[in-house]
Amino acid sequence: MASPQPLLAHHFDTLDQQRESASLGMWVFLITEVMFFGGLFIAYIVYRTRSHAGFVAGSHELNVMLGAINTVVLICSSLTMAIAVRASQLGDRRTLVRFLVLTAILGLTFLGIKAVEYQEKFAHHLVPGPHFAWHGTTPGTVQLFFSLYFVMTGLHALHMIVGIGLIAWLLPRSMRGRYGPDYHHPIECFGLYWHFVDIVWIFLFPLLYLLGRSEHV
Amino acid sequence: MSTTERAVAEPPNYLSADYGVKSWLLTTDHKRIAILYLVAVTVFFVIGGIFAVLIRLELLTPQGDLMQSDTYNRVFTMHGVAMIFFFLIPSIPAVLGNFMVPIMVGARDLAFPKVNLASWYVFVLGGAFTLYAMIAGGVDTGWTFYTPFSTTFSNTHVVATGLGVFIVGFASIMTGLNFIVTIHRMRAPGLTWFRLPLFLWAHYATSLVMILGTPVIAITTLLLAVERGFKIGIFDPALGGDPVLFQHLFWFYSHPAVYIMVLPAMGVISELVAAFSRKAIFGYKFVAGASVAIAILGFLVWGHHMFVSGQSVYAATIFSVLSMLVAVPSAVKIFNWAATLYKGSVSFDTPMLYALGFIGLFTIGGLTGVMLATLGLDVHVHDTYFVVAHFHYVMVGGTIMGYLGGLHYWWPKISGRMYPKFWSKLAALIIFVGFNLTFFPQFLLGYMGMPRRYHVYPEEWQVLHVLSSAGASILGVGYIIPVFYLIWSMRYGPRAGDNPWGAAGLEWQTSSPPPTHNFVTTPVVTTEPYEYKAEEVTVG
Repeated sequence: MASPQPLLAHHFDTLDQQRESASLGMWVFLITEVMFFGGLFIAYIVYRTRSHAGFVAGSHELNVMLGAINTVVLICSSLTMAIAVRASQLGDRRTLVRFLVLTAILGLTFLGIKAVEYQEKFAHHLVPGPHFAWHGTTPGTVQLFFSLYFVMTGLHALHMIVGIGLIAWLLPRSMRGRYGPDYHHPIECFGLYWHFVDIVWIFLFPLLYLLGRSEHV
Repeated sequence: MSTTERAVAEPPNYLSADYGVKSWLLTTDHKRIAILYLVAVTVFFVIGGIFAVLIRLELLTPQGDLMQSDTYNRVFTMHGVAMIFFFLIPSIPAVLGNFMVPIMVGARDLAFPKVNLASWYVFVLGGAFTLYAMIAGGVDTGWTFYTPFSTTFSNTHVVATGLGVFIVGFASIMTGLNFIVTIHRMRAPGLTWFRLPLFLWAHYATSLVMILGTPVIAITTLLLAVERGFKIGIFDPALGGDPVLFQHLFWFYSHPAVYIMVLPAMGVISELVAAFSRKAIFGYKFVAGASVAIAILGFLVWGHHMFVSGQSVYAATIFSVLSMLVAVPSAVKIFNWAATLYKGSVSFDTPMLYALGFIGLFTIGGLTGVMLATLGLDVHVHDTYFVVAHFHYVMVGGTIMGYLGGLHYWWPKISGRMYPKFWSKLAALIIFVGFNLTFFPQFLLGYMGMPRRYHVYPEEWQVLHVLSSAGASILGVGYIIPVFYLIWSMRYGPRAGDNPWGAAGLEWQTSSPPPTHNFVTTPVVTTEPYEYKAEEVTVG
């Protein structure tokens, strides 16, 4: 066997069984992630229903343009990731490496834009806590909106950082040609994770930025 | 491999395969990780037990003479946190399940051995946070961490404890994930779903609760820590936040968590009742389905913890009815175990004593649960010792009985040795008597109105409290005896043989203790579960 580690772990009988186990494990893990973010979404929906005005006012402070750009960036990164998965299945090492790098760059772009947005909020005293300042009505619920905004987008960003870290772990292995038609489930499973993080944003963007946009405060 | 071959060259087992601290701390063998968990949860059981001793000592007298209210608040909180999150939840799945699930499916290990080892380290890390909080001065919010007390007013180590609970949840998730994938993908040839031992059905259902519920407590404790740490008021009513939302999120996990504790115990009891009645479980499919039904219904009843929290009366009514429904699958199990015993060839070995104890105590715990699910009655006895007695009957009378029963049943497999019959039966009896003496008086106290979490009470209740404390000391003796004889047996106990109980099931077909890869050749299953024949003779 060419690679330093055998491809089949000792406790599996076949590569198929190993791949199916890894894939099922990843899906189960993603279910736990759905429940994890689900708790936050429930909190958001309950509070938004109760404190409509404050949440609409808070939403107006978000930068829709940057949010929209980030949405496009993430969707593109899902495309590059899907191409990387395909390349790993075909054993096309060059394409795999190239598109993993591209995915990481798009992820970093997202985080950079997010940092700009966070910086704006700091500058405008919209970060909840002792320095929070709001001159309109319902300062309490606006702060509540921003608490949830930072927790939700912060946890999402944390997942992005973990994802980029995982790419850094997969890259040297991809360069060595470890992944091919027989053995590619690490890339596949990571792809599932990346798409999941992407989908979370697809829900966060309309909930936080768009809902109630047309209403005047 | 025939017995003569084994006698000639005994292959190394998982215990003798390697020696040294490193071979344990870096192992990916599910059996060794189970032993690591056994040590870790025992440590937390002792810690939780010490706090229980302090509680029962304080309650001997009506006055607060051993400690002040502040101290007492911390003591019962840390008793709850240690026992629930660090003992009851991991006990059966992470110890017995970890050891037995792969063997029972006929696999060489769990699907993700490294994740399994990681889960133990995550458990230890979460435990370290909680221990730090305890040593630094403790936490006084109750194990439920209700806001706004926990976020705004408590001056104790809420964040460290909350993070401990947050972290240890991931250990639980990893275990559940591993079990689900293992049971789906790693079953031996011929081992169809309806040939699975009921222990595995119970663990499958438990794993579903673990992966669906635990992430919600994770986000809840995280929000709690963020709110307290950064003063940003997510559940703060002053900002329009809602403390009742915290309770919803908390109980969305913490009620199903009760089933994380009791479902695996039910799985153990099914194995024990079949093995010691020498009969197949009556209504196998119903017992299996009941586990899944309990797991599903368990997610729909959390509101019964909030009958007096300002929840709408319609929601409360629905939660009340749904809570009563849980009694149906639970009763299915109890009746089917009873039907299995009927005309069985019952023997009263130590594990069976625990199983029978479980059936009796869980029935009391379950029926009082139906009483508490009744809206009108719950408003009367809410937050009294009636509730305390109820959940101790389920958790201590249920889970710990199941855990000890399972430990005694599989100990010959785990250690390869037998423990002394006399002492183990004596301990089981002492535990049963001590348990009832501890907790039955608490039903009476609660019904008369003794509130939980108070350490000062009117003098007329002293007799019942003294009875309870006396029972607790008997219970304590019952828990200490097995520690001695189990450790003793590892060195001096007689060799148990591969199948000392003459039980069915794959785990009894391999050697005791099992080899590192569990089976010399992958077993092929050709029979239904629990194939006990009337004339079967124990081979050993």
